[in-house]
Amino acid sequence: MTVTTQTVTVTVDGVAVEVPAGTLIIRVAEMLGTAIPRFCDHPLLSPVAACRACLVEIEGQGKPQPACAIPVTDGMVVKTQHTSDMAQQAQAGVMEFLLINHPLDCPVCDKGGECPLQNQAMANGRGESRFDGTKRSFPKPINVSAQVLLDRERCVSCARCTRFAEQIAGDQFIALLERGAKQQVGTSEDQPFDSYFSGNTIQICPVGALTSAKYRFRSRPFDLVSTPSACEHCASGCALRTDVRRGSVMRRLAWDAPEVNEEWNCDKGRFAFPYLSDGRLTSPLVRDEDGNLVPASWPEALRVAAAGLKETGVATGVLTGGRVTVEDAKAYAAFARGVLGTNDVDFRARAVGAEETAFLAHHVAGKNIDVTYGDLEVAPSVLLVGLDPEDESPIVFLRLRKAALQHRTKVVSVAPYMTAGLAKMKGTLIAAGPFDEATAISGAAEHVKEAGSIILVGERAATSPGALKAVADLAASTGARLAWVPRRAGDRGAVDAGLLPINGRDITTILSESGKAVKGLLVGGVSASDVDGDLVAAVDAAQFVVSLETRHSDVTERADVVLPVAVVTEKAGTFRNWEGRDRSFNVAIPTANVLSDADVLTELARELGVELDATDFWATASKPELVAGTHKPTVGSGQAVLATWKHLLDKGTLQEGEPYLAATSRVAVIRVSPATARSLNLVDGGQAKVECCGRKATAPVIETAGMADGVVWIPSNSEGAALNLPSGCVVNVSGGVA
Amino acid sequence: MTLTPVLTAHWDEADSYTIGGYMRHGGYSAFKKAFQSGPDDIINLVKDSGLRGRGGAGFPTGIKWSFVPQNDGKPHYLVVNADESEPGACKDIPLMLANPHALIEGMIIAAYAMRCSHAFIYLRGEVPHVFRRVNAAIREAYTAGYLGKNIMGSGFDLEIVLHAGAGAYICGEETALLDSLEGRRGQPRLKPPFPAVAGLYASPSCVNNVETIANIPYIVNNGVEWFRSFGTEKSPGFKLFAVSGHVKNPGIYEAPLGITARELIEHAGGVRDGHQIKFWLPGGSSVPMLTPDLLDTPMTYEDIAAAGSMLGTGTPMVFDDSTSVVRAVAGWLAFYKHESCGKCTPCREGTYWISDLLHRLENGEGQESDLDKIVELCAQISGRSFCALGDAASTPFPAAIKHFRDEFVTATSTPANDSFDQFAATVFAGATR
Repeated sequence: MTVTTQTVTVTVDGVAVEVPAGTLIIRVAEMLGTAIPRFCDHPLLSPVAACRACLVEIEGQGKPQPACAIPVTDGMVVKTQHTSDMAQQAQAGVMEFLLINHPLDCPVCDKGGECPLQNQAMANGRGESRFDGTKRSFPKPINVSAQVLLDRERCVSCARCTRFAEQIAGDQFIALLERGAKQQVGTSEDQPFDSYFSGNTIQICPVGALTSAKYRFRSRPFDLVSTPSACEHCASGCALRTDVRRGSVMRRLAWDAPEVNEEWNCDKGRFAFPYLSDGRLTSPLVRDEDGNLVPASWPEALRVAAAGLKETGVATGVLTGGRVTVEDAKAYAAFARGVLGTNDVDFRARAVGAEETAFLAHHVAGKNIDVTYGDLEVAPSVLLVGLDPEDESPIVFLRLRKAALQHRTKVVSVAPYMTAGLAKMKGTLIAAGPFDEATAISGAAEHVKEAGSIILVGERAATSPGALKAVADLAASTGARLAWVPRRAGDRGAVDAGLLPINGRDITTILSESGKAVKGLLVGGVSASDVDGDLVAAVDAAQFVVSLETRHSDVTERADVVLPVAVVTEKAGTFRNWEGRDRSFNVAIPTANVLSDADVLTELARELGVELDATDFWATASKPELVAGTHKPTVGSGQAVLATWKHLLDKGTLQEGEPYLAATSRVAVIRVSPATARSLNLVDGGQAKVECCGRKATAPVIETAGMADGVVWIPSNSEGAALNLPSGCVVNVSGGVA
Repeated sequence: MTLTPVLTAHWDEADSYTIGGYMRHGGYSAFKKAFQSGPDDIINLVKDSGLRGRGGAGFPTGIKWSFVPQNDGKPHYLVVNADESEPGACKDIPLMLANPHALIEGMIIAAYAMRCSHAFIYLRGEVPHVFRRVNAAIREAYTAGYLGKNIMGSGFDLEIVLHAGAGAYICGEETALLDSLEGRRGQPRLKPPFPAVAGLYASPSCVNNVETIANIPYIVNNGVEWFRSFGTEKSPGFKLFAVSGHVKNPGIYEAPLGITARELIEHAGGVRDGHQIKFWLPGGSSVPMLTPDLLDTPMTYEDIAAAGSMLGTGTPMVFDDSTSVVRAVAGWLAFYKHESCGKCTPCREGTYWISDLLHRLENGEGQESDLDKIVELCAQISGRSFCALGDAASTPFPAAIKHFRDEFVTATSTPANDSFDQFAATVFAGATR
């Protein structure tokens, strides 16, 4: 397809330049290296022309015009502050007005040192103020959410935050209130700024009006050492910047990656980092004669680990978890297959099945970059299967919302109910419980028949028998492109590295066979709460367990050898995001004596007398046939089929230690359709209990119109509702719980 | 020049505001006549009449109507701006009280011309009595079959919705009005797109002043020649001149454009005995004040502009020698500060600062350097704000200081109330205290 862009010729400060028609004056000036002052302007938000800092002269117009809002036309002659007295005076006047009410608290303001207002005041402002009146003051600060704080007197009413909330996140929980000099950002009385993306408003605030509870008064920008990073919290693949002072992460910012996260990230990626330092393992541990875990030297620990693994050998199960870097994944694959000789290797720490293994082998492994964010943005329609992007891949959500709003992309989701995120994407729901999804997918051809349509399938599809086969068939029959969007940052890289149980046992079988056919376990970053099975019991049952972990856990407590490994800030590496795009990152905190998983496995292999040698697993692997699962349970009276996923913000271990973030997480609720509520005797708004397999959760019931019948939805791992069971479980539901 | 009552012709009749009172003098015949011709003919008729918008800007009405793209398959909206809030302007409110049916019939014709089947009246919120009266008039028009579906079997539908604002001057700015009408905060919109392309509910819309629309039935009934027999070439027609201030009989005087302020003041009984005019404003607080030597300037768009002011709403405010110009200007700036919507920096911060400085001057606490500072601050607002409110706010002071600098200098040491007894300027001046 050839795209012809109409161009126009425009002159800025005497320099003629040809640019695409419709380019804003301020952008043209940027191309020429001319910085026009601006506060409200943001390239990813629609122009508002409110701050008036960017006034320039346009030949033929009597008044100065806002450069941020006026697209250039052919032959336009623009004069900026450098060549026009009118522009220079207009800008100086606006700068003076902006500063009359601004408090002189730069020395204690978080923004001081990286503040657009401060910088432009220094560059263009008056040395001394002519204003000798009374400044407006407000009680400070106020919380717009648990995490985001507002100092109203610092605000310049640029409306970046409110436009972000409305246009990008779709969470219109903040708005400008009052008028004139009293205008201020605010929330409604009983509704805080409830958004997974609230932190972006802090970052784009051109003054210090919005700050985070996490970072407020913690550091000065000029004391920070910044490192470009990649986010480890999900498979979206955000570029981040990690800011470190004296060996501690002070904050993380969304960084610029136009092809991926543009300039945004989610609050988990921004604020969930205390885990990087809290509760860390600082030394290798081995079990002494009395059975106690005691610190050991690296040589000793490696020797003990190697000896134990030599004994269990091919009967060792290797569970890596989904947070591995590409480099670590390759090392695990090489270590398992090449050193131990076992095929019992699985990166998945969740409910899995043979159908998914085959699907990943055929449709994901080794595909490189195929479907991209850019493709989503212009797709005529996108079908979501087993994926709620807002909770499970927030940047996919933002891009799909942009697609829906700007390109009228039709978003259709096979899901149990119309989620808030789906509504914000102006999506259409195909309501289906876990056991009806395959049929629903097969019947969704009309939604993806237009050329360029895309099917995004989430990792939860593994819990719907036949869903992944149906997805593959649908893609084949309609020509729609297919992409798998897992939850964890390392999942895609792990698939490509071959950390799948091809010719071996999957995680569920490894756990159930532990102590029997599986004698030893090599466990990476796997949390007991994640897996579908009893990890703790499996670790106890195994003859020999080596744990590679960053922090103390149920597994490290029970392992025979614990080898501490680096967290993302301590190592360089690469996460392969859902697109297949490599997101590499560098060491943010150089730390002595900390090894990555790959380093440890290399040393362990050497201890076993082998040099670790990564091979392309998929070059020779035989891919199992993709066969639709058919399991369908019987559901008795008082029972329903569980549909569940994890909220973005929940009790996940990587979010520990950040109470302000936790306070913005969504409250757990139980959702059922009105008909199901009646058959289960549940009352809308009343409490209900969901029980299965000895676990139970209690939460208020929300009758949800349009929801699939016979299904009960509850978040998997939220405060007060942490069943940690996969979708498809048959659960007992009872109402009337106080 | 004599008065020429057209819109006001029957205001002295007890039932002028009822449909019966309106129809007794030929009301609701113009729209039937309009329906005989095509919509485009009506637009051309209004263009030919030279009618200019009566809300203040004086833009030719027919041309404004022709900006609404026709046959584009989108709904069109006619919105009547009845948010009359300008200090000194009081013409639309009385018009709606006394002759609401002229507005409604004008709306029928305007909507027909612009192929619009849904029209709105955005009324300022502080006048519930007007709300009730216009509402009653709309109800009467519905009952008579002049509104609703298939009006008089013409196949033309029109629904009129009367909407009350919540008390904001900014909502008289047409795009802020549209935002407010849509249920948002009243703040002006970025243009383009202009309302004619994407106005109310992102559809082609036309926003007209009450008086403008009320003129339409009379133009349709009596023709272009008749209309142009009033006024001047560039300012044809007649106008409601609401004379206020220090005259004996403040009120509405309907006269051809081109009448002078001196004549209007005479019609209003002249200034109070023993007083001289100190300054006057041709059309609300947002236009520069003029001195008495310009009282013979014809009240037309072009002549008043040539004299250094603007016709604005055509509502002359007369101030005699009992007035403290410092107090008057400070009062206006307090108004603009209060009514600034806050969207753009120059207006939000500038009105706050200037009002602060003027308040000090009024109290005799200012400094002489403040005067030049205010002039500079006005220049920093004028032409740089988002909408015309900033321009309006930066108008009074520069005009006042040009004529009355000495008085402002005096105010730096003497409170305005010491120089000018504030009660002397009131309507109850001279009463026993």
